Amino acid sequence: MAEKVLMKGNEAIAEAAIEAGCRHYFGYPITPQTEVAAYMSKRMPKIGGTFLQAESEIAAINMVYGVASTGKRVMTSSSSPGISLKAEGLSYLAGADLPALVVNVQRGGPGLGGIQPSQSDYFQATKGGGHGDYRMIVLAPASVQEMADLTMKGFDLADKYRMTAMILADGTMGQMMEPVEIKKPENQDFDKSWAVTGTKGQRAHNIVNSLFLSPEVLEKTNFERYERYAMIEENEAMAERYMMDDAEICVVAFGIAARVAKNAIVEARKSGIKVGLIRPITLWPFPKKELARAAESCHSFLSVELSMGQMIEDIRLAIDCKRPVALCNRAGGIIPSPEEVYAKIAELAKNGGCDK
Amino acid sequence: MIVFEKPKALTDVPLHYCPGCTHGIVHRLVAEVIDELGIEGKTIGVAPVGCSVMAYDYFACDMVEAAHGRAPAVATGIKRADPENHIVFTYQGDGDLASIGTAETVHAAARNENITIIFINNAIYGMTGGQMAPTSLPGQVTQTSPYGRDVKACGFPIRVCEMLATLDGPEYLERVAVNNVKNVKAAKKAIRKAFQNQVEGKGFSLVEVISSCPTNWGMTPQKALEWIDEKMIPHYPLGVYKDRSAAKED
Amino acid sequence: MAKLTIRTERCKGCGLCVNACPKKLLKLAGDKINAKGHHPAEITDMEQCIACAFCATMCPDCVITVER
Repeated sequence: MAEKVLMKGNEAIAEAAIEAGCRHYFGYPITPQTEVAAYMSKRMPKIGGTFLQAESEIAAINMVYGVASTGKRVMTSSSSPGISLKAEGLSYLAGADLPALVVNVQRGGPGLGGIQPSQSDYFQATKGGGHGDYRMIVLAPASVQEMADLTMKGFDLADKYRMTAMILADGTMGQMMEPVEIKKPENQDFDKSWAVTGTKGQRAHNIVNSLFLSPEVLEKTNFERYERYAMIEENEAMAERYMMDDAEICVVAFGIAARVAKNAIVEARKSGIKVGLIRPITLWPFPKKELARAAESCHSFLSVELSMGQMIEDIRLAIDCKRPVALCNRAGGIIPSPEEVYAKIAELAKNGGCDK
Repeated sequence: MIVFEKPKALTDVPLHYCPGCTHGIVHRLVAEVIDELGIEGKTIGVAPVGCSVMAYDYFACDMVEAAHGRAPAVATGIKRADPENHIVFTYQGDGDLASIGTAETVHAAARNENITIIFINNAIYGMTGGQMAPTSLPGQVTQTSPYGRDVKACGFPIRVCEMLATLDGPEYLERVAVNNVKNVKAAKKAIRKAFQNQVEGKGFSLVEVISSCPTNWGMTPQKALEWIDEKMIPHYPLGVYKDRSAAKED
Repeated sequence: MAKLTIRTERCKGCGLCVNACPKKLLKLAGDKINAKGHHPAEITDMEQCIACAFCATMCPDCVITVER
């Protein structure tokens, strides 16, 4: 087992990406993810890789598109306003079925917003952001260790399904320091026969493209892509269950919100409230089955979010609105305190079964 | 003995361009150069958004279709993925390169990115039906400048070679035209140099090709070639705007 | 002896070759029409062709092959 080192979340992402075989990073400065770029700028030249500070987020994502076309592992990182600029490229990556890893260390919005942590890009990450019918695999780390592990997993999933994997972190996760073990990647072979590497005179030309002027062909590419998405929804959803075995109230939270929620749950348990947590690790695919199962035993749900309530819609969909779902949220860069979450849990416990 | 035939670096897919459109001539010149340098097997082309969007079907080498204006950024990625083994070119029109993609163009040039850019300047947006381009001439009538380009309201055309020549980065910038046999031969020489530079690792090489758009200019193909001489070249003088290696040798 | 071959089915009848020929040996076939609806270029007097390939140089569609 490799030894643990103390790292910032943003640095853990960068080191894990390198360990995963990523040798190309393109970025543009934006708070609060600058450590990723700074780390890459130090490391990449020493290992024969490319670090390039692009002229814009738009250029950066299109450089990613270029490297991805050649079948090599590539990434970019940014924060909310920068991800909006990358949305064009995300759509093209999807349309051309290219694998890439994109990191969003979220800050408050909309507009220029603020620089404090937020989860208000949930919709943008899980429902699109760019144009057209497409999905991204969205991974939500809740520790520095997960920043590293999910980065590595993100590259594998991206290659396996030929699509973008997004690490949806927040300013807290990016800046937080924790001991972390950078694991060795699993050796996996991915088919890259579609990549543009030069024909070397040995095959017909490969074309990386998202233009299909025939509606029939374009429809077919969409349907085929969604068959792949269905496989992902079936096989790749991940969630952590915490104190759920006898829970009557199910808190749902991801990332930093889940860490706060756990503290509140521990306190609530001391007061005899049967409450547990489901922490989605994949936001898309959303762990629907896990939530549907919880809806059989819990009388109410609580979504804890650093937004005006975005994931709450997916919770309601996952449980077919069978139970009430309350919201405990802060926005603008403010993290709800364990006391605030506790108060909401206690309220739900008092009104427990109000829908019964 | 064959004096002239279709180059091997072009596929046999019929070009979709309008009759007399000089895109076809420039495609052929690029393909001839790829053949002559023997680099088809390592060349990766980047198609733009615009009339030449489907260039990926016409070149026999590996091809990538980029978002509008982003070809230099995409090409940067492809080149950096394997600088030793990838010869990368973009093929872009004036709207793509000099309007929506200005930043990508300027910064690829500033970095002296070792890529080759073929820039088609025909002073109009062709694919979308003839709107005013960043290179449309003052007074030029287009679909979106029906009273002629009014420089007070919509500014002046951009001379890309002159603008990029102010940068320290680029290796080679030349403006050519394809409106007669002599100019076509000169254009080929420039395109060949732009690829050769990349092979030799010299860096960013851009050839601006003054081209015609008979359909959207509302002229016969022959008249459009004459219009290049009468109107385009006086505004966009042909010539070498930067040749760093040659300058060093002097 | 020069030989000029025109892929008439690919010709768009733009006439750029007609103007490029220094010997004025090419014309658009007024009496012929190809599947795409164009009057293709044709050579009027092969004997006079000097295989300069100016026509092919100006052809945007690569329909002309020149041999000597």
